[in-house]
Amino acid sequence: MKTLHRLGTIVVGLMLVSLAQAEGRSSGQTILIRNATIMTVTKGTIKNGSILIRDGKIAAVGKRVRAPADAQVIDATGKYVIPGIIDCHSHIAVDGGVNEGSLAVTAMVRIEDVLDPTDINIYRDLAGGVTTANILHGSANPIGGQNAVIKLRWGKTAKEMLFEGAPPGIKFALGENPKRSNFSPPPGTPRRFPATRMGVEYVIREALTEAREYMRKWDAYRQKVAARNGDRNDLIPPKRDLKLEALAEVLRGERLVHAHCYRADEILMLIRLAEEFGFQIATFQHVLEGYKVAKEIAAHGAGASTFSDWWAYKVEAYDAIPYNAAIMTRKGVVVSLNSDSAELARRLNLEAAKAIKYGGLTEDEALALVTINPAKQLHIDDRVGSIEVGKDADLVIFSGHPFSVYSIVEKVFIDGQIYFDREADLARRAEIEKEKETLKEQLKSKEKPKKKTEEPSEKPTGR
Amino acid sequence: MKRQPIIAILVTLMALGLGAIGQATPSATIVIKNARIVPITAPDIERGTVVIRNGRIAAVGAHVSIPGRARIIDARGLAVYPGMIDSGTRLGLVEIGAVRATIDTTELGEFNPHMRAIIAIHPESELIPVARVNGITTVVSKPSGGIFSGQAALINLDGWTWEEMELKAPVGIVFNYPSIRSGRFFDFSTFQFKERSYQKAKKERDEKLKKIRKLLDDARAYAKAKEARATDPSLPPLKTDHVLEALIPVIRGEWPFIVEANLERDIKSAIAFAEEQNVRIVLSGGADAWKVASLLKEKNIPVILGPILRLPQREDEPYDQPFTTAKTLYEAGVLFAFQTNDAANVRNLPYHAAMCVAYGLPREEALKALTINPAKIWGVADMVGSIEVGKLANIVVWDGDPLEIRSQVKYLFIKGRQIPLTTKHTELYERYRNRPE
Repeated sequence: MKTLHRLGTIVVGLMLVSLAQAEGRSSGQTILIRNATIMTVTKGTIKNGSILIRDGKIAAVGKRVRAPADAQVIDATGKYVIPGIIDCHSHIAVDGGVNEGSLAVTAMVRIEDVLDPTDINIYRDLAGGVTTANILHGSANPIGGQNAVIKLRWGKTAKEMLFEGAPPGIKFALGENPKRSNFSPPPGTPRRFPATRMGVEYVIREALTEAREYMRKWDAYRQKVAARNGDRNDLIPPKRDLKLEALAEVLRGERLVHAHCYRADEILMLIRLAEEFGFQIATFQHVLEGYKVAKEIAAHGAGASTFSDWWAYKVEAYDAIPYNAAIMTRKGVVVSLNSDSAELARRLNLEAAKAIKYGGLTEDEALALVTINPAKQLHIDDRVGSIEVGKDADLVIFSGHPFSVYSIVEKVFIDGQIYFDREADLARRAEIEKEKETLKEQLKSKEKPKKKTEEPSEKPTGR
Repeated sequence: MKRQPIIAILVTLMALGLGAIGQATPSATIVIKNARIVPITAPDIERGTVVIRNGRIAAVGAHVSIPGRARIIDARGLAVYPGMIDSGTRLGLVEIGAVRATIDTTELGEFNPHMRAIIAIHPESELIPVARVNGITTVVSKPSGGIFSGQAALINLDGWTWEEMELKAPVGIVFNYPSIRSGRFFDFSTFQFKERSYQKAKKERDEKLKKIRKLLDDARAYAKAKEARATDPSLPPLKTDHVLEALIPVIRGEWPFIVEANLERDIKSAIAFAEEQNVRIVLSGGADAWKVASLLKEKNIPVILGPILRLPQREDEPYDQPFTTAKTLYEAGVLFAFQTNDAANVRNLPYHAAMCVAYGLPREEALKALTINPAKIWGVADMVGSIEVGKLANIVVWDGDPLEIRSQVKYLFIKGRQIPLTTKHTELYERYRNRPE
């Protein structure tokens, strides 16, 4: 009874927390989007349909939706609504470099610690319909750092952007990047092990072996504590190691592995290595030769997050084909299309359309590549990725069919709130221009005449 | 009745595979009938015929008599467009971006006006078929790096040799206009971020301009000396200078400088420099062209815009700025064309143009900027860029709008030769989709 009581307290506590979160997220407003073509992804397409948003969630979807009289109505006649786009491979909103490349294994570093909520690319990608992004560490190391899944809640703090409840993950990398064959190190720096695909496998194997031993030490310690009914006295815990702790979570299946890879051989290698250590790879990233080992990827149960049509930029990308997503889908792999680029992320809907052109996926299958499939890969599909009652109201209103090049994003909702509105953006431009002019005038009046230059100097764009 | 056996043979050949048709001589007559024809330079023909003979367009119209002994393609439900032109690529000059051995775009040194892209085009590049099967039949392949990178070449994407691929070479000399690079920058020699003041950056830029001026003055003097020697053989012979030799057509206005510039101040400076030097320029890149559209119109400077699919230049620019620049240029009356500035992704050229349409450029203007506008800019409007009698038969038959991603190419002709729609990609696709379970 005591345990049951305690459980009850925990449940109520959790409910309060989630309620508080819901309060914090939503404006509490009820919104009705009506007369739209709704592409739900999982439940077909509804013509002249409505979506009711309440408390940040989708409260109703269908042909006939009853809305309270005080609901804010958005007429979407002629427009399309799709779930918010999920980018399963992104490096936006990272302050400084994305690679801690000094070591071959950097499982202890965290993207979460360096999120920059003011990165303008968050807004730009939002304007392309992206609502959730998997922010990954770079691919310099066989085992890189911990990723962060974020919602593009532009204007909020770094902490508020984190996708609450998304399982933690980590970046692995195979092939040319971790073996560092495509660039010269800065002068004077020694070469770093590994330099071959053989070495990459060994580095991962060694780290996982170490993590397994670390895990066993901790398991033994915890067993001892448990045997003494929680009495820790006289017991010395093993030394905490943040690197091995993250990898132990991988071995326990508590941390998702997102493995950067290209060639069929290295994909197969990691599948076999993971099986040997008893865990599953969550996603193969890029995975441009995934089509060559699609049945092995499907059998292992890993997801594949690829590009629609990028190829030939390096040797391991020379056999990349735009039919990759279609072949893997047909062979039973859960496939997503990602951007790996702040620029490409703005048109992932059109990248999905390429999987229809190359390989003949259906509209639903193609749209799933940038919505429900990446949600499944990140284990957040109970919250996002499709338009279903109870899910987060992360929605995009397009002016026309999302697979038409002529359609543009008009509004983007996250948790039922409008985070991008093209009309408002256009309306704000004159105001921003005016403010800029005022600032320029103020600068000029402060400048000493002799310092004046004939041409205004540009503000550097890069960071 | 006489036609029957020929058709039978052709049908047999088709059954043997399109590869065989692909090898057919360009002299064979091909008729595409019942198609919607979009000639670009004339109104669309809802249902018409195009006749291809000897590699050229022999007839086009709603009422064209179908010649005997011709191969007939019934294109009911399909649309005929001219092949698209990408006005800035590295096709044929690069195979794999990360492998230096496969890159022939960038020679050492700053001044290489005498480097010729055309003679380095690799006809067997796997990237070429991938580009053309999405309807791109002609591209400008250009060198890069330094100040004068070399001579750009206009090529058709079919041919056994680079000579057969050449449409016009050179079409201009690539001129990377020196930019004032002030502010924070990454120094690769020391692997550190450094800071450069505006004054210092401007001084460095001006030094470069001084060198360029001197080189152009030398070219003028060299040309004058050459002329003098030609009329008066008693003068001492002139030592050949290949760099100056290559600049003579530029100072005579025969070839343009293809000026690579994106920032407003660089574009303005380049325009002033061209006027001062009395040379012809084509602006390439032109990210800030929207800021100087009226100046570009006033000075009659054509623009090779692109890539369009890129981020805004500055943090405080509208998020859609790269997509609306084309509309601004069109409204100002500037002649412009599109470029991908790419090699592997040239096939996506139509989607660069399409994005401009989504953000306000009239669709027919986007089509012009992919066809007849570049033909005009590069001085080949008598040969390509539209479906008109006498032009090269660079023709693409689509099952829909070429700007829409889901549309597929059904037939492709370059100089009248039917091109198989196979690539490295389709071959790998067929092989691996059929891998046994």
